[in-house]
Amino acid sequence: MAELIIISTLNGVLYGLLLFLMASGLTLIFSMMGVLNFAHASFYMLGAFLGYQISQWAGFVPALILAPLIAGGLGALIERFGLRTVHKHGHVAELLFTFGLAFIIEEIVQMIWGKLAMDYRIPSWLDFPAFTVYATNYPAYKTFMLVFSILIFIGLILLLTRTRAGLIIQASLTHPNMVGMLGHNVPRVFMMVFGLGTALAAIAGVIAGAAFVTQSNMAALLGPILFVVVVVGGLGSLWGAFVASLLIGLLQTFAIASDWSLSKFFGSAFSPTRGTLLFDIWTVTIAQIGPILPYLLLVLVLIFRPTGLFGTRDT
Amino acid sequence: MSETTKAIPMASETSMAARFKRYGIWIVATIILLVAPYIFSSGASITTMCLMGIMIVFALSYNMLLGQTGMLSFGHAVYYGLAAFATAHMMNWVIKTGAPIPLPLIPLAGAAAGLFFGIVFGAVSTKRGGTAFAMISLGLGELVYSSSLILRSFFGGEEGISADRTKLLRFFGYNFGSQIQVYYLIAAWCLLCVILMYAITRTPLGRMCNAVRENPERVEFVGYNPQFVRFIAFALGGLFAGVAGSLAAINIELAQASFVGAAQSGAVLLAAYMGGVAFFVGPILGAIIVTLLSIKLSDFSEIWVLYFGILFITIILFAPYGLSGLLMMHAQFWRGPLSSRIARFGKLFGSYLVAAIPALIMILGAILLIEMIHHIVQKSAEGPMMHFLRSSRFTVNTHTALPWVGGIVALIGGFFAFRMTWPVVAKAWNNALADAQRSGA
Repeated sequence: MAELIIISTLNGVLYGLLLFLMASGLTLIFSMMGVLNFAHASFYMLGAFLGYQISQWAGFVPALILAPLIAGGLGALIERFGLRTVHKHGHVAELLFTFGLAFIIEEIVQMIWGKLAMDYRIPSWLDFPAFTVYATNYPAYKTFMLVFSILIFIGLILLLTRTRAGLIIQASLTHPNMVGMLGHNVPRVFMMVFGLGTALAAIAGVIAGAAFVTQSNMAALLGPILFVVVVVGGLGSLWGAFVASLLIGLLQTFAIASDWSLSKFFGSAFSPTRGTLLFDIWTVTIAQIGPILPYLLLVLVLIFRPTGLFGTRDT
Repeated sequence: MSETTKAIPMASETSMAARFKRYGIWIVATIILLVAPYIFSSGASITTMCLMGIMIVFALSYNMLLGQTGMLSFGHAVYYGLAAFATAHMMNWVIKTGAPIPLPLIPLAGAAAGLFFGIVFGAVSTKRGGTAFAMISLGLGELVYSSSLILRSFFGGEEGISADRTKLLRFFGYNFGSQIQVYYLIAAWCLLCVILMYAITRTPLGRMCNAVRENPERVEFVGYNPQFVRFIAFALGGLFAGVAGSLAAINIELAQASFVGAAQSGAVLLAAYMGGVAFFVGPILGAIIVTLLSIKLSDFSEIWVLYFGILFITIILFAPYGLSGLLMMHAQFWRGPLSSRIARFGKLFGSYLVAAIPALIMILGAILLIEMIHHIVQKSAEGPMMHFLRSSRFTVNTHTALPWVGGIVALIGGFFAFRMTWPVVAKAWNNALADAQRSGA
């Protein structure tokens, strides 16, 4: 049991940190432009596919550097030539633009790489067990992912709070007009933040793609969960996104490891007839409802705290 | 979206002409629906028209949220899909018990189910507007879709719930076994729902919805509760989506988990937005075009979804009021004596034709390049020869330079030629405007 808890906690934190790599960019972009980037998970997917392709040609380390740069550059270009054009048509048009973009990116990825899963493997120099918990070997690659995500997280905090660029970004979040008056190019700051956010998502894609499955449906699978994270954490709150990422990461990981159901809990005290709705609910295991837990959490949070855990804005 | 539904002018006079102006459009719509199967009489086109009718109701119900009340939903298929399942269960129940309910009344069950789920989920999701509402609708959509894999007794697992529509009580001797009978059933419900939804936009409630869309804060000052207005609009949207889902279940005699999925929600969003959410007719237009495109485009290309997405983005970028918005921009030229109207439109469309030729060359060049990339990357096993847009006459050798150069020249040259025609169109537009103002004054 202790073994299960330790491993699940490690995996949950890892999954949560990966979610945060994406949610942080998403929530930064949202607080700045008021646009929830629907295509954010698509940049995660793009990162994974570019990472796969580059690691085929040049190895994993160049992939880890180049793929986020390419995806981030692409994101900045899309902001410059796409989003900025639709901006005058209002938020709905902007949101729908990113929605259409997600659609197109998935189609292009399918057109180039096909619908099947890629053979994207973890690099051989990281393919060994790092340490052993009771009887379970914890892989070195997952340890690397953990450390790397934490480093990125620390780097992001330092960037936002300790550098000049970070201060301008923070100021642009709340007082874009004043920042503009002081002579800074606010649209360019927006473009940079969009590029940074998409690059962060692509980093998550490069490192997660190798450990999990790299396939053209990965954006559609992850996207909704990402939105749950930012809404549960509170739209526009970086800390909220962090807490919600870890919460959902742990929730889903522990759910998968659990085979409890109502029928197991109550034993044979009550047994509904097979084929009824009650029977379905009675016998479903927590592992089976794992995928819907984030959405249940979303509904609960919205009922009891409509602004999200750390949110203040009511947009 | 600042323009409200001006598709059909309101008539307050009671003269014969005003009355015809008010009701004539519905009479014309009825006649079109009645005779359409005689004009497009092949089996495939009747099936297509059935799908269009369903999509029209669905897209209009969606526009009650997006266009009328300003709520962007990414999970509208939930009400459509759940109503489809409710319909399938209802039909099976009627068949089992032999209850005297004919098929044409079954969509009422779908409407009730749509309304019920609209009330339940609406209570949760309409607490907040704007982006948060959009995300909540997405989350609820995923919640219901994921639940469909767990609650197998209601959703029927992979194969869904099927129901035989011919086993119900006969309705004046019709058993709805043939597609044409189903067409008239769908057409009747479609017309009824369109009239009802149009009527709702003319009520005080419809006006309050528009007010909530424009400025919820002011609505509060006036003494209304925007949350409650959103909630009512949402529940009504659920009701009409329920009718659409019910018709869909009757049409294919099956309700599947994909009915509640994100793809279905996306489809209705595309239909409504491409048609234009600012006008009442927009989603009708969008539903017809999206249904046609999604059936026809797949005949020409495997990657038609990509073209579809590019078309959607293009509309967002350059025509934010959709196709109906583009059409309505021309309404201002429709004044003065008939001969001058025709001359004015003739000149304007002449300039469009001048612009359309290089635009077409540009688009064809882009399509050629995309298709060749797709062929090289995905179908290298089939050899270098490619049938352009699945035509047996235009065969392209993707391993030679000529088609690549041709594609690039067509794309870039077409673009620059197209740009050169913009001033021509702008001039024709301004001339037509000045002319119309002169004859209108």
